Amino acid sequence: MNIHEYQSKEILRSYGVAVPNGKAAFSVDEAVEVAKTLNSPVTVVKAQIHAGGRGKAGGVKLAKNLDDVKVYATELLGKTLVTHQTGPEGKKVNRLLIEEGSNIAKEYYLSFVIDRQTAQVVMMASSEGGVEIEKVAAETPEKIFKEYIDPVIGLAHFQATRMAYALNFPPAAIRKASALMLKLYAAFIGKDCSQVEINPLVLTKEDDVIALDAKLNFDDSALFRHPDIVELRDETEEDAKELRAAKSDLNYVNLGGDVACMVNGAGLAMATVDIIKFYGGSPANFLDVGGAATPETTAEAFQIMLDGGQAKGIFVNIFGGIVKCDNIAKGLIDAAKIIAGEGKPFPVPVVVRLEGTNVDIARKMLQDAAIGNVMVSETMEGGAEKIVKLVKEAEKN
Amino acid sequence: MGILVNKDTKVIVQGITGKAATFHTKQMLDYGTKIVGGVTPGKAGQQVEGVPVFNTVADAVKATGATASVVYVPARFAADSILEAVNADLDLVVCITEHIPVLDMVKVRRYMAGKKTKLIGPNCPGILTTDECKLGIIPGYIHRKGHVGVISRSGTLTYEATFQLTAAGIGQTTAIGIGGDPVKGIDFIDALKLFKADDDTKAILMIGEIGGSAEEDAAKWIAENMPEKPVAAFIAGRQAPKGKRMGHAGAIISGGKGTAADKIKALNAVGIEVADTVAHIGDTVVNTLKRAGIYEVCHTC
Repeated sequence: MNIHEYQSKEILRSYGVAVPNGKAAFSVDEAVEVAKTLNSPVTVVKAQIHAGGRGKAGGVKLAKNLDDVKVYATELLGKTLVTHQTGPEGKKVNRLLIEEGSNIAKEYYLSFVIDRQTAQVVMMASSEGGVEIEKVAAETPEKIFKEYIDPVIGLAHFQATRMAYALNFPPAAIRKASALMLKLYAAFIGKDCSQVEINPLVLTKEDDVIALDAKLNFDDSALFRHPDIVELRDETEEDAKELRAAKSDLNYVNLGGDVACMVNGAGLAMATVDIIKFYGGSPANFLDVGGAATPETTAEAFQIMLDGGQAKGIFVNIFGGIVKCDNIAKGLIDAAKIIAGEGKPFPVPVVVRLEGTNVDIARKMLQDAAIGNVMVSETMEGGAEKIVKLVKEAEKN
Repeated sequence: MGILVNKDTKVIVQGITGKAATFHTKQMLDYGTKIVGGVTPGKAGQQVEGVPVFNTVADAVKATGATASVVYVPARFAADSILEAVNADLDLVVCITEHIPVLDMVKVRRYMAGKKTKLIGPNCPGILTTDECKLGIIPGYIHRKGHVGVISRSGTLTYEATFQLTAAGIGQTTAIGIGGDPVKGIDFIDALKLFKADDDTKAILMIGEIGGSAEEDAAKWIAENMPEKPVAAFIAGRQAPKGKRMGHAGAIISGGKGTAADKIKALNAVGIEVADTVAHIGDTVVNTLKRAGIYEVCHTC
């Protein structure tokens, strides 16, 4: 789960991490009010969306006075920002962070992530801050320093100190930098984060060390022990279809195309998206209905795929292991009744590939039901090819 | 033969009184697995499918001599169940449970350091040695005895691949689903080492997916350590967008790393054929076996 920068900073502040003074604003008036209380020579007006690259896209403005704050807040609120992470459709700005400006002397990069290989949290930092860390990693990997953290000990003082020296902080800032790292690690563990990224971490001209930006991601599997984090969810930042699917416990990711698929199992679902593309189709979604799909959730899945006219065809790819194919077939038949109505054809072509337990019974059930526009394919390959062909034909007409 | 488990492996089921665990206990028994006990605190003295239930793993091991365990405990308590199994010095723990918090697994892995227990999972379908035993939820009927070992990060893809192998007449030794979480037990290289040491296994099918670099590491390991056993592969998630979690917690392309393209490139670079689509996994294994001159030996069913 993702949250906004201002929310991340509030959490970090509660752990004692140094962040600039500032507050969220939802309107122009609020923005000016916050700026007044900050009483800073320079005020930063930052668009709050769940995507990086806001600065380059014009989502971060420096205001020298309250009139500037008003102008920038008016400009940004309601504006659609397109960054390299939002996709071409961009994201609408509904919230701003109004923050005091900092006297930046130097920018650094600092993050905590979980390293799969060592099964440890790793602290990663670089003196090359403010730029894309992937680029630094690719071009000058020697400029990235790492400290692997023993979960029993936690981040040790010596590790934080060693990192501060590796980054070449001036003597007056070494302890401030290491203290910030220790507090950041406490926040990472305390809130079950999957990633914490501070880019940039800044050294000010006054030798203070401040988290100028903050990106916190949370482990979805651990949200049950953090109801305070769940409350920070901003549903307007999420894809409407993905949100609806999540409410029915469907694992759905919108991919934007028009050939939809419904699959059991995450791996097979990914592979089904791939095979649709392989045969020249444009995948509409990733959808794993899981092992416990009922006729109701199956029907809901169909409705989500069809919503807004997105799916021009649907490929159902089921391998019945523990899940029995006849249960899936029943779900399909019931779903067709709910969506199309008794005896009416399905609104878009549906190709069904079933394999595994009770497949013969299931195929016969679908044949007997004879729902218009619903076809059974004997093979996965044939099914994928067929649905792509049918969607292409529909596009021509 | 096969790896890790066989017809003589004595197995306990942790969380045996749960609905899914009870269902799968019967399935495992039907497949021939020696399920000798179950564990649910407070339910000692009961029986599930004729299997005695104990309060603790220690009690179950003492009474039955079990050496392996399969965990069906809900996510919030599953990490603790793994710890209990490791503490009881079992040889193998298989954890089926999904959605275990990652930081819980970080602690589990730390606790396992220096101990003998091997962990499969979490968030995995388990392990099956053909016609001998299975721990987990892999459907047994799709497997036939043979000489190909299967390692996979995904459940249904394991079944799909095994189904295609069986349809092509290629039997299997052991199939192992290592799970879709970022922090887990056995990874590709660990499983490859075991298959390398198993005389019955002549070739290996590896099914990977986006996220992390385990497939790249495995490709390197295979090139350096296992020239004698051919490997075929499949990677799911060629079309996955960056930063989106594709079902599995571990299936996410982050920071431009862990893409299917990188993995396929690394595998191809060491001579491993990667199936172009999920429908061609069986064909790809057949090609690989023919190239290695062991198709006849491996055509067992």
